[in-house]
Amino acid sequence: MMKNILEWLERSEKFFSEKTAFSDDQQEVTYRQLLERAKALGSFLGKFGQKNHAVALLIPRSVETLTAMMGVAYSGNFYVVLDTEMPQERMTAILGKISPFAILTVDALKEKADDLLPRKAVVFENAVQEPINEEMLLEIRENMVDVDPLYALFTSGSTGMPKGVVVCHRNVISYINWYVSAFSIDDSVVFGSQTPFYFSMSVSDVYSTLCAGGTLHIIQKQTFSFPLQLLQLLNAKEVNTIYWVPSALCLLANWKAFDYEKPQFLKRVLFAGETMPTRQLNYWMGHLPDCTFANLFGPTETTDICTYYVVNRKFADGESLPIGHACNNCDVFVLDENNHLVEHGEKGELFVRGSFVAPGYYAEPEKTADVFVQNPLNPYYPESVYKTGDLVLYNSYGELEYAGRKDFQIKHMGYRIELGEVEAAASAVTEISSCAVCYDMGSDQIILFYQGKKISDEDLMKQLKRRLPPYMLPGRLCRLRSFPYNQNGKIDRKKLLKDYQEQTKC
Amino acid sequence: MDELLQILNTLKPGVDFTKETDLVKRGILDSLTIITLVNELKDEFDIEITLLDIVPKNFFSAQTIYDMVKRLQDE
Repeated sequence: MMKNILEWLERSEKFFSEKTAFSDDQQEVTYRQLLERAKALGSFLGKFGQKNHAVALLIPRSVETLTAMMGVAYSGNFYVVLDTEMPQERMTAILGKISPFAILTVDALKEKADDLLPRKAVVFENAVQEPINEEMLLEIRENMVDVDPLYALFTSGSTGMPKGVVVCHRNVISYINWYVSAFSIDDSVVFGSQTPFYFSMSVSDVYSTLCAGGTLHIIQKQTFSFPLQLLQLLNAKEVNTIYWVPSALCLLANWKAFDYEKPQFLKRVLFAGETMPTRQLNYWMGHLPDCTFANLFGPTETTDICTYYVVNRKFADGESLPIGHACNNCDVFVLDENNHLVEHGEKGELFVRGSFVAPGYYAEPEKTADVFVQNPLNPYYPESVYKTGDLVLYNSYGELEYAGRKDFQIKHMGYRIELGEVEAAASAVTEISSCAVCYDMGSDQIILFYQGKKISDEDLMKQLKRRLPPYMLPGRLCRLRSFPYNQNGKIDRKKLLKDYQEQTKC
Repeated sequence: MDELLQILNTLKPGVDFTKETDLVKRGILDSLTIITLVNELKDEFDIEITLLDIVPKNFFSAQTIYDMVKRLQDE
């Protein structure tokens, strides 16, 4: 019985020591090199004598990031991958929450790391030279258990402060066992990775690569701007599996890129993070009839995915794809307002149960208690389940279908965004006296409606950029003389959005 | 060139496109901006832009974008 994800790395290194484990546009690393460097980093970080504490990673998306992740695990601690593009304020808030004993960074970002947290920077290029202390690493491992934290991933928080989902070794072990089995992933797997490492989807391709002894190529963000380049890369690296957000798949479909070049080695096209439009899916399936296509669904709080649907029938353009059935060893159930299981066809809230479910949020007992609750169907013994806030229903095939959110969380470009976080940032702008943020699905835009002193769009955006990452920035800014209110005295967001949609400008 | 700069400035205000280069690598133009840009270029300059034109060297700077537009106009 496994207790630590590093056992996958160690096993894969035994069988495939000279095989490329990970690569990016600058370098490749074999399993042997990865193991050695991770152990060196672990030996360096181990000298701090910390256990189950945070190490922040301030490293651009690269082979180094993955090596660093393994290194932190070797030291008996958990990693927190920081988005290097995140505004300083947000980074500082996150660092304040986790109080890392070190920021593992690269030479190029050392100054930034020092600015963020003085005297905590550990430079990768130096630390990786540390002689491996096998005795110390063995002792650390012996003292570890499978519920020790592996990482914390920060997601948008509705009151403005991002929440860190803590995921332990056991979560990832259970989850990846399902992933590799469901998609028959073995050592021949070659992933072309699209998602950032501060995003839960990356957990799937990174750890299933390690588990299976496959290879993962990190595709740089810029490559997605050039569809032909992207396809040429997929073919050059013989990528046979992709796990992307639908926006990335739509890019190739909208350009009709397969009319020019086809991905010749692709066997599996897996997607998650947002709704996959069927028109673009049909384009992909039409050109790649022998590939397996699957829609995966789940929140960061369940490691990555809790239900999935392997496409096994034709869908008309515009028809919605189901989110399918629970993963093996993951239980889901749907409850109505009274905590009763729903009837067929009835909408209810999705709950998740089992070993994929994370322990909770880091240093947020109240927010954790709100959503990691005692199983309403179990009055007999303590059992934590995750209340997703997703509304779903069972269709006539017995498959689950997504039916919206209970709250103001949206998906934009695959990112999970609490509109409340955007509102909190806008409210902090001195000129703004009140505001409401809405999401217009039709144009896929986040719209900020505000009341207050006159402020130029440029200045307003500048202020928002100080607090929000690029993907959370509103696409439209609308200054209003007054807001519509409902009977409860709250801003009537539905009317706001409706009025906006009816006018073409604001 | 002026029309092109106007389009670029509307798309990404606050950037000096007369000076900046390596636009994609530096994140000034991302995959979504390029799609919008291409549509605006098609409308403004009445040219056909195909996937074969969507390559890094054409979007390196405002100058290279302009060169591409001129080339496509001549075709």
